[in-house]
Amino acid sequence: MIEGDIVQSGAGAAQTYRSGGASGRGAANLGDILERILDKGLVIAGDIKVNLLDIELLTIKLRLVIASLDTAREVGINWWENDPWLSADAARRADSAVPAGTTAPVPRAGESELRAENRRLRSRVTELEAGGEDYEGRR
Amino acid sequence: MTGYQGVWVYAIADYAGGDVFLHAGVARTQVRAIAAAGLTVLASDVDLAEFGEEALPRNLENLSWLEEMARAHHNVVDAAARLFPVLPTRFSTVYRSEATMVAALAERREQLRSALTRVGGHVEWGVKAYAVPGWEGDPTARQGDASEPITAGVAGPGPGTGTGAESGAGMAYLKRRRAQILARQEFSRTAAASAREVHIELSGHAAQARLYPPQATALSRTKAPMLLNAAYLIDAEGSAEFDSEVAAAAAAHPDLKLDLTGPWPPYSFAGQEG
Repeated sequence: MIEGDIVQSGAGAAQTYRSGGASGRGAANLGDILERILDKGLVIAGDIKVNLLDIELLTIKLRLVIASLDTAREVGINWWENDPWLSADAARRADSAVPAGTTAPVPRAGESELRAENRRLRSRVTELEAGGEDYEGRR
Repeated sequence: MTGYQGVWVYAIADYAGGDVFLHAGVARTQVRAIAAAGLTVLASDVDLAEFGEEALPRNLENLSWLEEMARAHHNVVDAAARLFPVLPTRFSTVYRSEATMVAALAERREQLRSALTRVGGHVEWGVKAYAVPGWEGDPTARQGDASEPITAGVAGPGPGTGTGAESGAGMAYLKRRRAQILARQEFSRTAAASAREVHIELSGHAAQARLYPPQATALSRTKAPMLLNAAYLIDAEGSAEFDSEVAAAAAAHPDLKLDLTGPWPPYSFAGQEG
């Protein structure tokens, strides 16, 4: 009934079931880990306040990046480090209004700005995911 | 350089305390078992210059930092979950001192106890479903040449200057293309319905279930769209049975490819009431 290899090598390793014989995957992938530790998990208020909106924004950004992160690393691509969309550091570097030398503390963006950015990123995710329909023809 | 120290929390454990050997934690720190409010907290002392209020949000944006810390954090939680029941805490839970941490937990003692009871003896399994393009029931698979004829339109003269034969070919292409798009939409609908069925079936075997947003298609290594990204809380004794349920679901739905990951610590169920 199961023709695919079933590979399991520790927590989070993937088993692939597929009629027609697919091979299993490797160890727990970063995307699955980040999804769980950032998006879920028990929230108890810590003393060190990390704005939950920041975390939400981060998970949205990560959805754009992590799936291809390992592959990108393999070929030495680190485009996200300079993409203002994906890196606050890059955004700060790109923003001439921020005086040079003000590395930390980061000027906190107003919550409304964060919400607006969340909205923009969400629509970008939607666009990208819609773009995935083009998978046909490349099988 | 060591500055002020804070306490980084990995998980709350139902564990009598005492020495426990775990992996090194975030930033290669030692993991300690701290008794708090009748519970045990797994935590590390961390430098607030790296994990404090100013540095943490900036570091979270640094993907290589985040990956290193995420893997270290996960390794600790995962190792602990194999030894005793744990409630993984959200990544980036940091206190200024052990005393403030103990006070914060004491306030929620009952809630934490009942949550530990709920997840104790359970593991989390992740299931992703992808549409399988080209399986024998895929209507688009029977029209496999549809991406080729576009060259006829592109290479030919512009619109209006073409001969009757060329515009006929263009029209035929457009018709084929339209039929293909419609067929693909229909296939997506049925595959999505299959994914929903799989989720309902698997939820029936789980103590709890949670859905995650599908991971982005355009960026994932799999070209096929992800239609289901779910986590199931399963009795640890019933893992083999759940494994068979997933295999059976895969066999019953040839239009889907199912990926099973785990066992995971109960990350997806630590913060939710039953």
